[in-house]
Amino acid sequence: MSPIETAETAPEPASKIELPAHLGGGGDIPTFDVTLRVRRYDPEFSSESTWEDFTMTMYGTDRVLDALHKVKWEQDGSLSFRRSCAHGVCGSDAMRINGRNRLACKTLLKDLDTTKPITVEPIKGLPVEKDLIVDMEPFFQSYREIMPFLINRGHEPSKERLQSAEERERFDDTTKCILCAACTSSCPVFWTDGQYFGPAAIVNAHRFIFDSRDDAGDMRLEILNDKEGVWRCRTTFNCTEACPRGIQVTQAIAEVKQAILARQV
Amino acid sequence: MQVHKYDVIIVGAGGAGMRAAIEAGQNARTAVLTKLYPTRSHTGAAQGGMCAALANVEEDNWEWHTFDTVKGGDYLVDQDAAEVMAKEAIDAVIDLEKMGLPFNRTPEGRIDQRRFGGHTRDHGKAPVRRSCYAADRTGHMILQTLYQNCVKHNVEFYNEYYVLDLLTVEEDATRADGTPYKQKRIAGVVSYDLATGELHVFQAKSVILATGGAGKVFKTTSNAHTLTGDGMGIAFRRGIPLEDMEFFQFHPTGLAGLGILLSEAARGEGAILRNSDGERFMERYAPTIKDLAPRDIVARSMANEVREGRGCGPNKDYVLLDLTHLEPAHIDAKLPDITEFARTYLGVEPYTEPVPVFPTAHYAMGGVPTNIATEVLQDNDTIIPGLYAAGEVACVSVHGSNRLGTNSLLDINVFGKRAGVAAASYAQTAEFIDLPENPEAATVALLDHVRTSDGGEKVAAIRKDLQDTMDANMQVFRTAESIDKVLADIAGFEERYSRITVQDKGKRFNLDLLEAVELGFLLELAKVMTVAALHRQESRGGHYREDFPDRDDENFMKHSMAYLDTNVTAESSAEHIAGIRLETKPVVVTRYQPMVRKY
Repeated sequence: MSPIETAETAPEPASKIELPAHLGGGGDIPTFDVTLRVRRYDPEFSSESTWEDFTMTMYGTDRVLDALHKVKWEQDGSLSFRRSCAHGVCGSDAMRINGRNRLACKTLLKDLDTTKPITVEPIKGLPVEKDLIVDMEPFFQSYREIMPFLINRGHEPSKERLQSAEERERFDDTTKCILCAACTSSCPVFWTDGQYFGPAAIVNAHRFIFDSRDDAGDMRLEILNDKEGVWRCRTTFNCTEACPRGIQVTQAIAEVKQAILARQV
Repeated sequence: MQVHKYDVIIVGAGGAGMRAAIEAGQNARTAVLTKLYPTRSHTGAAQGGMCAALANVEEDNWEWHTFDTVKGGDYLVDQDAAEVMAKEAIDAVIDLEKMGLPFNRTPEGRIDQRRFGGHTRDHGKAPVRRSCYAADRTGHMILQTLYQNCVKHNVEFYNEYYVLDLLTVEEDATRADGTPYKQKRIAGVVSYDLATGELHVFQAKSVILATGGAGKVFKTTSNAHTLTGDGMGIAFRRGIPLEDMEFFQFHPTGLAGLGILLSEAARGEGAILRNSDGERFMERYAPTIKDLAPRDIVARSMANEVREGRGCGPNKDYVLLDLTHLEPAHIDAKLPDITEFARTYLGVEPYTEPVPVFPTAHYAMGGVPTNIATEVLQDNDTIIPGLYAAGEVACVSVHGSNRLGTNSLLDINVFGKRAGVAAASYAQTAEFIDLPENPEAATVALLDHVRTSDGGEKVAAIRKDLQDTMDANMQVFRTAESIDKVLADIAGFEERYSRITVQDKGKRFNLDLLEAVELGFLLELAKVMTVAALHRQESRGGHYREDFPDRDDENFMKHSMAYLDTNVTAESSAEHIAGIRLETKPVVVTRYQPMVRKY
């Protein structure tokens, strides 16, 4: 029996409570006009990229993705961008919004300065295919190179491997990664050196290096000790700021660096 | 046009598709075609957990899990399939742990388990802790872990390839009793490469459909924009029936106005629902397990509170999910993501304020019919050799008329694995079926129509109107009148759809074109759902007819099977809808006779 399960031990909540009068927000949702300034590029028709402005009326609860949809669905169907889940878990719609990498579906318009045009560009450092769509293959290639899977050399147990809650907690932060590339494509080193593994690959290496069940930490550290590996990081913290999942990316990279050094001692 | 040849083609790279790929990829030449990138599928949005009777924290066994699944599905579950799922659940969880999934742990280091709606100890006596979980991002961890293992096993992916047609052929055959029939066989698939606009034909001995659901027929939905029922649509167009499409699950706790899911795990961890009087109203509707009643019951109870004037907010159109009596540290440890959703999208702080919620279209219980070996059926009992389906696209049927929470993550793992094993094994002995002449012809015709049609109708406008009428008339309460309204509306949408204009005329990344194709699937599937709902004059699980409020086992304890049939006219159809023929299929009953469903 698990003694920490509070749902079991907590007292039953009250059958009825007094609700404060304001509950549920109240009032109409405000509307406002907003201009999206979108970087357009379609090599099928022109080798030049251009800025194009779209103006529309949006609601206070709308996100940048809603504005992009409004353009695509009502004004210009050729505007192209990736999206799927629309609530920040699938990682499809990382883009550069007002110069910062974010997920369009997690960025509320009301949190941006809507008195000026909101600039929307593709993430940097990956080849642009069309409008906001980039080629993700180099990004996934780096990810695959750090062997992002559990390697365990022991005998296979018949039930689950044991892992303490503390051991599980050790790598919790880096399990949150959704491979959106917001961190990697915010990294100045990645922009200038396409060979650098980039923060996302290192985050995913961290997820296994610090997993008590994994036996291949040394191999991963060896890969990241490469000249295009973890030492290229200049600790600019762009990646941590860009991460829509709140992962402490720079810290994870620092922990990997320390692990390499500790191993060499 | 390029032609590729593989032993096994898997369509879809969510949980079911990748679980299948891990099996098939090690035993046969396999490729996965996905309209997204592999980790973008909506499995990643699942939050709460995956049930299995591990009995790590309290007494439990798979038979109780089977019973809960059958009862939760209001006895429309095929009990042999539910038994397979509950039994194999235990290995499915252990498999994932061995693949590296970071489950939450007990103090002893075992996989931790928590409560979930409808999962009970000893046939309904009390809630049981059966759901294995990784915080409130279990689906995310499953999707990542499966992709990691696909990388490990060098599974080949074709990313952003939309599969738009199943290549089937028909052969004359004779049944055991001497009657002749047409036996369908699978030869491959046709897909559209988003990057180039080129068509690719994939010839394959085995094809696994793992394309997920069709939640975008509704406006308020937890589903991704890309869940447009493509797999169900292409199967239906090739004469494969769709089973139990009238049953759609509305998850109780979508963020009000947005539909974004707040996991049932919140209630599993102790959160409760309140109306505008501050009352914990589930005490009235399900006195024993209250807020942890199955989803259909909770969703209807919420909608009823709103209907009777006890809704909250300026328009009194939602209720409240109250977590304020839980410790913030407990919320942070067990429910970090969903509390962040409330903060980000509604600006509500769940530590101190209850969260506005309302039911959101969540899961298709119905789909492409299969047997427990995941083989697709062309009628009630004839399989199509080499064609498999698993996950939400399929109807095996483990969910009956209402799926229990966590059973979808379980379904994709158990039946995804079965499909992968079976498809590879079949491919080892089977021969390729010759491709039909001009295999791409139907797809070319479909795309040409969409590209060249120039009537000025906008795809997004038709889709919005479809979603509006489905929300208004086909949600948790239905009547003959509301259903007829939808059918009349759809007839109008079909006419408008024939006059659409797609603005993007390019070949590269033409998502405008694909949205038009997807709308075609949505319209077709909405019509099938609605006709089946009209036919079912009873209330069961997720399908509630106010004009027939009781379950009617005598006339309706059977699956519905909808076929595309151009011989059916409005006059010859009982539902007065041309082109769809409705038949029924018996429910498999093994140990549990139907009882009144009370919680």
